[in-house]
Amino acid sequence: MLYREAGQFKVSYAADQQIFSIRQDRFAVLALVAIAFLVVPVVGNQYWLSAILIPFLIFSLAALGLNILTGYAGQLSLGTAAFMAVGAFASYNFMLRIPGMPVLLAFIGGGTVAALVGILFGLPSLRIRGFYLVVATLAAQFFILWFLTKVGWITNYSSSGVITAQQIVILGYAFTTPTAKYLLVLSIVTVMALAAKNMARGNVGRSWMAVRDMDVAAEVIGIRLMRAKLLAFAVSSFYCGVAGALFAYAYLGTVEPEAFNLDLSFRILFMVIIGGVGTVLGSFLGAAFVTLLPVLLSVTVRYLDSNLDLHIAESTISNLELMVFGGLIIFFLIVEPHGLARLWQIAKEKLRLWPFPH
Amino acid sequence: MSFFFEVLIGGLLSGVMYSLVALGFVLIYKASGVFNFAQGAMVFFAALTYVGLLEKGLPALLALPATLAVMVALALIIERIVLRPLVNQPQITLFMATIGLTFFIEGLAQMVWGANVRGLELGLQDEPIQWVTETSGMNVSKFDLVAAGVAAILVTLLALFFSRTRIGRALRAVADDHQAALAVGIPLQQIWAIVWGVAGAVALVAGLLWGARNGVQYALTFVALKALPVLILGGFDSIPGAIVGGLIVGASEKLAEVYLGPFVGGGIEGWFSYVLALLFLLVRPEGLFGEKRIDRV
Repeated sequence: MLYREAGQFKVSYAADQQIFSIRQDRFAVLALVAIAFLVVPVVGNQYWLSAILIPFLIFSLAALGLNILTGYAGQLSLGTAAFMAVGAFASYNFMLRIPGMPVLLAFIGGGTVAALVGILFGLPSLRIRGFYLVVATLAAQFFILWFLTKVGWITNYSSSGVITAQQIVILGYAFTTPTAKYLLVLSIVTVMALAAKNMARGNVGRSWMAVRDMDVAAEVIGIRLMRAKLLAFAVSSFYCGVAGALFAYAYLGTVEPEAFNLDLSFRILFMVIIGGVGTVLGSFLGAAFVTLLPVLLSVTVRYLDSNLDLHIAESTISNLELMVFGGLIIFFLIVEPHGLARLWQIAKEKLRLWPFPH
Repeated sequence: MSFFFEVLIGGLLSGVMYSLVALGFVLIYKASGVFNFAQGAMVFFAALTYVGLLEKGLPALLALPATLAVMVALALIIERIVLRPLVNQPQITLFMATIGLTFFIEGLAQMVWGANVRGLELGLQDEPIQWVTETSGMNVSKFDLVAAGVAAILVTLLALFFSRTRIGRALRAVADDHQAALAVGIPLQQIWAIVWGVAGAVALVAGLLWGARNGVQYALTFVALKALPVLILGGFDSIPGAIVGGLIVGASEKLAEVYLGPFVGGGIEGWFSYVLALLFLLVRPEGLFGEKRIDRV
């Protein structure tokens, strides 16, 4: 009753090919974006904006990037964090070396450099697949971090390898408050998520999915494998690169290459798995889950600790977090291999019928 | 020249240690087609359990079978809780499940036994053998030689187990074709439990040797990552491949660090083996001894 597409007739091609073709979806997305832009900055306090919402949005973007590669094009990657690092450090250098460089252009530049590096490490995917490719992306992860640490020019010869991101100034306005940074990150993420959604339903996205499902068959029906795979690597790395730049500029401020270690790659992979492989929505749900879970867990444990007098050590909490993460991954893979996004699908089915059982 | 050989031999012997970890991967991959990312966590868990039991006052002779029992129990639990519900899922799904398993085992191990670094004494000194040093002028560690010996024994035992016993033949049948194996009456779940148990035992051996050398600590889990290029070089489903791959990786890594490292600022040991494996893959996508796959639509 609540969620029905019956009666919504498509009378033009444009209407038929909309990104959100069901009216309720359209309203829901618009409402969500409106809330995110108008209500959250007013309601949210400093802590929530700068410690939870900004990283959530940035991780969503990175997860989206990985989802394009792994979920849509079927190429498993463990090098996400390295591509983020490329984006961050490339943006830093664009800002540093070119006087008067607009910061948004530097982000795009960072993403582009990441995309080029992504293509380079994506080249082996033309010949190898599956687990062998995982090792190729691991090579990217280790090699890129080593490279960023060793080549002093990239970090402007800072002795510790730490860079301090320049202030974000757009058209003379300095983004210094958490609210301003939040709005900037939100705008970028909204635009890129829409672009991803658009890409996924079109020619490019469909060719990726064909490659994912069976690349030999895709080749037989005339999809250019090389183009599709490398494009997936490029687009995915571009998203990760922009996410990495935002990670440095809007979230951390000062970064060292080690911040983009293998652990971060795994976290982003988990977001994709928990959220839902091959859905844009899933990237956001997964990122929200992975960002919020540690907060929730430590709050719960502290609460139990203070009320029951258990004296739980700090290390126990972090180990517990590892175990809960690991357990949840397995749980999700067994119970719902399609992730949180699938749960939302099921909820929609139920809403469609509600209040009737069938 | 003798320096070159010294580096080479040191590399080969440390390569044997990589092979030991890679062996655990190969066993499981061969029998179930699962790429078990958790092998490194199992190595860590085994070493930590053994050291923990020793600390509790158990004599070494008792602690060893007790740890083995724990590893087998872990294998059985993994088979029951993780693998059985995921039968017939795509390989990638199983791989990701083992990543989850890695995190779980790492958390569990550190929660039960604590996270501080411990030493492990096997009664072997990591010092050069005098006799070799005197006759040829090269330093060859006694510890490394024993590790190589253990690896050789383990591989021989496994080879015999795979080729001569009833269970070994069943294992190979399962590796070839799950369905056909089921059809001729091989109990798949039992076989998987056995394979994971054997992989647990291999993890224990690897954990003891690595633990004795580097100390039992969280960094042991990274050893598993080093085993990946070994697998790539040797092929995922070949036991001799794991050994040869380990030797190549160990030797080339050490030689590269010594002869190439100074030109690029050092520290290339961390990624050299990956890049080597990557270049190798471009020439032979299925590894040295891996089975060639033919794609059909």
